Amino acid sequence: MNYHWNWHIFFEPNPTGGGSYLDMLLSGLLLTLETSLAAWIIALVTGSIIGVMRTLPSKPANLIGFSYVEFFRNMPLLVQLFLWFFVLPEVLPSAWGLWLKQLPHAPFYTAAIGIGLFMSARVAEQLRAGIGSLPRGQKQAATALGLTTAQAYLYVLLPIAYRIILPPLTSEFLNTIKNTAVAITIGLLELTGQARSMQEFSFQVFEAYTAATVMYLLINVVVVTAMRVIESRVAIPGMIAGK
Amino acid sequence: MKRFDILGLAVAAAFYIGAAHAEELTGTLKSIKETGTITIGYRESSIPFSYLDDNQKPIGFAMDICAKIVDAVKTELKLDKLEVKLQPVTSSNRIPLLANGTIDLECGSTTNNAERQKQVAFTNTHFLTASRYVFKKSSNIASIDGLKGKQVVSTAGTTNIKQLTEANAARSLGATIIPAKDHAEAFLMVETDRAVAFVMDDILLASLVAGSKDPAAYAISKDAFSKPEPYGIMLRKDDPAFKKVVDAATAALYTSGEGEKLYDKWFMSKIPPKGLNLNTPISPELKGEFAKPSDSSDPDSYKAM
Amino acid sequence: MFANFDFDVIRRALPYLFLDGMAFTLTLTALSAVGGIIFGTLIALMRLSGQKLLGRIAGLYVDLMRSLPLVLVIFWFYFLVPYIGQWLTGASRPIKVGAFASSLITFIMFEAAYFSEIMRAGIQSISKGQPAAASALGLTYGQSMRYVVLPQAFRNMLPVLLTQTIVLFQDTSLVYVVSIPDFLGAASIVGQRDGRLVEMYLFAALVYFTISCVASFGVRQLQARIAIVR
Repeated sequence: MNYHWNWHIFFEPNPTGGGSYLDMLLSGLLLTLETSLAAWIIALVTGSIIGVMRTLPSKPANLIGFSYVEFFRNMPLLVQLFLWFFVLPEVLPSAWGLWLKQLPHAPFYTAAIGIGLFMSARVAEQLRAGIGSLPRGQKQAATALGLTTAQAYLYVLLPIAYRIILPPLTSEFLNTIKNTAVAITIGLLELTGQARSMQEFSFQVFEAYTAATVMYLLINVVVVTAMRVIESRVAIPGMIAGK
Repeated sequence: MKRFDILGLAVAAAFYIGAAHAEELTGTLKSIKETGTITIGYRESSIPFSYLDDNQKPIGFAMDICAKIVDAVKTELKLDKLEVKLQPVTSSNRIPLLANGTIDLECGSTTNNAERQKQVAFTNTHFLTASRYVFKKSSNIASIDGLKGKQVVSTAGTTNIKQLTEANAARSLGATIIPAKDHAEAFLMVETDRAVAFVMDDILLASLVAGSKDPAAYAISKDAFSKPEPYGIMLRKDDPAFKKVVDAATAALYTSGEGEKLYDKWFMSKIPPKGLNLNTPISPELKGEFAKPSDSSDPDSYKAM
Repeated sequence: MFANFDFDVIRRALPYLFLDGMAFTLTLTALSAVGGIIFGTLIALMRLSGQKLLGRIAGLYVDLMRSLPLVLVIFWFYFLVPYIGQWLTGASRPIKVGAFASSLITFIMFEAAYFSEIMRAGIQSISKGQPAAASALGLTYGQSMRYVVLPQAFRNMLPVLLTQTIVLFQDTSLVYVVSIPDFLGAASIVGQRDGRLVEMYLFAALVYFTISCVASFGVRQLQARIAIVR
């Protein structure tokens, strides 16, 4: 392989004046984590609302939930980000559009919201499946106790459903982290973006991508381990996953 | 003893044939001969060097030069047919794609500098241009210091974004630098007010402005981030046989006066797809370079004729 | 808001968008799905083979691919595949691979990790009695897999495999990051050239949405039919 390896490149100064190439990658790693967390909070909140709507005994609520999920599931994430970033500001009244475009850190907000909503459709589906897997008796018992629908969801159904769907939610969170790399296309310099910048500035293609790969693997290991601990703590006794 | 001699002779002959063969064809020339194809990397929006016309076919000044190079390679290898494959590249991936053999020649608007010469080789210079920025006249950003704290776009993987990044640090401008995928996308960011300025080679900026919906709305800075730097067609490093053919072809083109005719075709007359005329007369420095072709990366080596 | 829309831009670009862009996207999707399912099945078989080392390698491969963003994998392969070709063939220079072949290899390798998990679940869902009966009939391990287990696993998992193929269809849009003109790439080339990103991206969104919706509706119908047969 006629490629000139240079692993010392990580300690050489980068052209941004802010330290070494390793610092550049670490700043990307940090931005990846920030974007993922922001997107995940959005995904959990909106996904939960939509997921609950799909299980309510109300036709309009079901229909809204269904349309929402189909809308966000049937378009590539990249196209959705382009819609938020390039299209939305142009179809808004021009003053609002201008404000959006000149917002500092626009790529960050766009990525957090775009990826958050994209993932919310998946969270909604998981939650719907989780609620659907509960025995009917739970809801009936709650009603018999005089709980309203809202109370039944809040105190009975959701606490169990979330505990059941924790494993699939973990993998959806990992998907959220991976999906932040798509935001490279709207100029977000997250981990993959910084690896690409490092490749452009230093010409050390494979060192840059190797470092990014190792960092993504580390994130995965940390998240998976942390979630295992949480899963075993909240597992429901009496179920296969429980103690 | 005699048998030994004959054996020695045979070995020497075998070595000689091997050496002669290796001298004939190595590297890129060898693979072009074997496959009967040459792959050219082109750009989507480096007007008028290498860009897509209305039918999404790559055209431009650099593409015309590369056509001459392909002819020369064909003659050199005595091929009846040489298939030309076209491969889109971006500023960000052109150097790795050249190094890993995906493309054989990059025909666009690549600045030839000393740093890149450690990775790739360049043939004789086909243009000289300085790094400047375009802005809307309404925003009136007269100097580089006016970019302080603003959002500034440049194309990822260019010398320009590097110069901008370095200036941003050295002059503590605190500007937010947005990397764009290609020049057209970067220019659109200025057009739609997402960024106040787009830092790029001035000739590319002038072409983008000329082709825009409202050319009068834009101005190009007087301030420059660099001296006029040379553009070259890029080829793989450490392939002297191929470079020799390419250098000879471009030198013949430039010194014969045909180079200047090609120049006039792309810079002094109407060009597709919109039929605009860039009206950029050849600079004295480039005229001097055409008379004495050079692949130097040193901006100071280009003197007016 | 649609007052200054230029729908003519879309109409003029239609032949390019569909004959070049969409043709690339669909060919890439179809070939990657076939290649990914075949390679994914092999990985699944390795993991279930009972051979420790084989299972470990296959498991590591799946975990690695599933930990990385597709964008990063696309960058990796676009730059690396020619060197791998050089290494495999012992050539003196990197092998010329080209944009289409490179993206095809990328998607087969990446999606195989996801397809393998589906096929693994499919194989594990077959009752143990079936391969036992097959071996009682004198079928070898290979024969029992080929004629008894895999056809059923594939059939049972068909809806899931097709759903993953729809995801793959959407994922192919990411070749945009290396400037390969797929459907979205074609739309962006036209949009950027004519300064009409809004029209082109809205149109691209509509096309992706329609195709994905129709396809997932088809999968749901199929699922219902298979369920009845069973």
